[in-house]
Amino acid sequence: MPFSVADIRKDFPIFERTIRDGKRLVYLDSGATSQKPWTVINAESDFYSKHNAAVHRGAHQLAEEATDAYEGARAKVATFIGAQVDEVIFTKSATESLNLVAYAMGNAHQGNRFALTSADEIVVSEMEHHANLVPWQELAKRTGAKLSWFTVTEEGRLDLSGVNEVITERTKVVAITHQSNVLGTINPLDAITKRAHEVGAVVVLDACQSVPHMPVDVSELNVDFLAFSGHKAVGPTGVGILWGRSELLAQLPPFLTGGSMVSSVTMTDATWAPAPQKFEAGVPNMAQAVGLGAACDYLSTVGMQNIRNHEISLTDYALDKLSAISGIKIIGPTTNVSRGSTISFTLKEIHPHDLGQYLDSQGIAVRTGHHCAWPLAKSMKVQSTTRASFYLYNDERDVDALFEAVVNAQKYFGRF
Amino acid sequence: MELDSLYQEVILDHYKHPQNKGLTSEFSAQVHHVNTSCGDEITLNVTIKDRKISGISWDGQGCSISQASVSILSELLMDKTLEEAEVITQSFSNLMASKGTSAGDPEVLEDAVAFAGVSKFPSRVKCALLGWMAFKDAAVQSQGEMK
Repeated sequence: MPFSVADIRKDFPIFERTIRDGKRLVYLDSGATSQKPWTVINAESDFYSKHNAAVHRGAHQLAEEATDAYEGARAKVATFIGAQVDEVIFTKSATESLNLVAYAMGNAHQGNRFALTSADEIVVSEMEHHANLVPWQELAKRTGAKLSWFTVTEEGRLDLSGVNEVITERTKVVAITHQSNVLGTINPLDAITKRAHEVGAVVVLDACQSVPHMPVDVSELNVDFLAFSGHKAVGPTGVGILWGRSELLAQLPPFLTGGSMVSSVTMTDATWAPAPQKFEAGVPNMAQAVGLGAACDYLSTVGMQNIRNHEISLTDYALDKLSAISGIKIIGPTTNVSRGSTISFTLKEIHPHDLGQYLDSQGIAVRTGHHCAWPLAKSMKVQSTTRASFYLYNDERDVDALFEAVVNAQKYFGRF
Repeated sequence: MELDSLYQEVILDHYKHPQNKGLTSEFSAQVHHVNTSCGDEITLNVTIKDRKISGISWDGQGCSISQASVSILSELLMDKTLEEAEVITQSFSNLMASKGTSAGDPEVLEDAVAFAGVSKFPSRVKCALLGWMAFKDAAVQSQGEMK
């Protein structure tokens, strides 16, 4: 099937509405959350209207149907990322997925490979979203482990020149982002995973900005855990994924405990069900999981490589066009190599918040601020940026609209 | 355009030519406030003698609304008593909570009525209030020290 933005836009009902007195919606904020196609909206709605019951319990037809739908969604996600089915854990968000690993490691007793002490080290990077930074800071504080990190170059790439010094014999976990939510940088993983595994550390990958935008196959990445959120991948809010290697999930203690995750319970003790159930305490977010299954189907039908190719050419066009604006500074790689379609920038005269307000008046939705990556903003020496993030439903018209509106904003704010 | 009600001339003028920007070395209280959702920040120095404001200086980074607001505040509250400042601060808070239904009292707020349009944009109210919250904090702190 040929890739057609016009056809794709018809699948997303939100593009039928207008913004700010009849203006065409130019949605450039998919890095924050993506829009949803009918198939996802209908899948979630159908679950509630036709099959709703608590999964994995209940001796009735609805419970069977709900369980089939929920486990079917797990299988779809597994296929989508090249995983085994029992390695896929449903969470409420990618933030929860990352916290799950950090808290579960904190629950590990001495003797468990995940147990941390003050003799151990945790490695992150300056490029991390707060969701892949703060949980590790907290784990370091709770266990006494030392937190160290990769810095970022002026161009917005990870500085891997000292990979053997940053990841040491003491490192137990390396938590790193696949693609920066601010800079668009796609990080090379080979040197990191090689060194981490050499010293016996596990690699946790924040794939929130990569899984929705390019083919990601966990069997090829050589990482140990991977987290992403449903809502950035045309799926519903309230559902995230944690993938982990099965042999590691078997050793990792649970994070949340309660119903559905036990194998046996007495008044004083409990044993755990195997993964993924061990990590899914309570009645899960069934409708959202089913919606995410539909999202994986939708993206697979369009084709992840097609989406990636589309975004590469759109990024070429956007980098070219935006670079021509006077006073603009692109924060992140200016060459379209190992980068996604997220473009952050500053303008000499206009603060991002004011620019965002002007763009909104023209029907253009962008994000402004530090994008939940405050340390990165400081290391790039910016207080805040304007971020345009593109997706499968954006095209050159959207880039043109952004370009024109930025130029007009310069006129608008330059009038005094 | 709706946007013009937000970006009044007096606001953009203060943004481009901020008043009392640059911190004085002496003060009764110094506070640093940050809008955590966007990273805008203001450091505010306030000098209070005999319950009268005798000095306000500030430094900061942020959007036109947050920076112009503190600039206007620094002129408006200068030489006011703490009681007068409280009336003005309360009047400004009420204006920001008005959701576009109030034009503000020019007798009390003077140039600060230019922010009336901000109250129609919920995401910008916090920008306008940043400096005012900092002032309230500084006033409380300096009074505490006097006791």
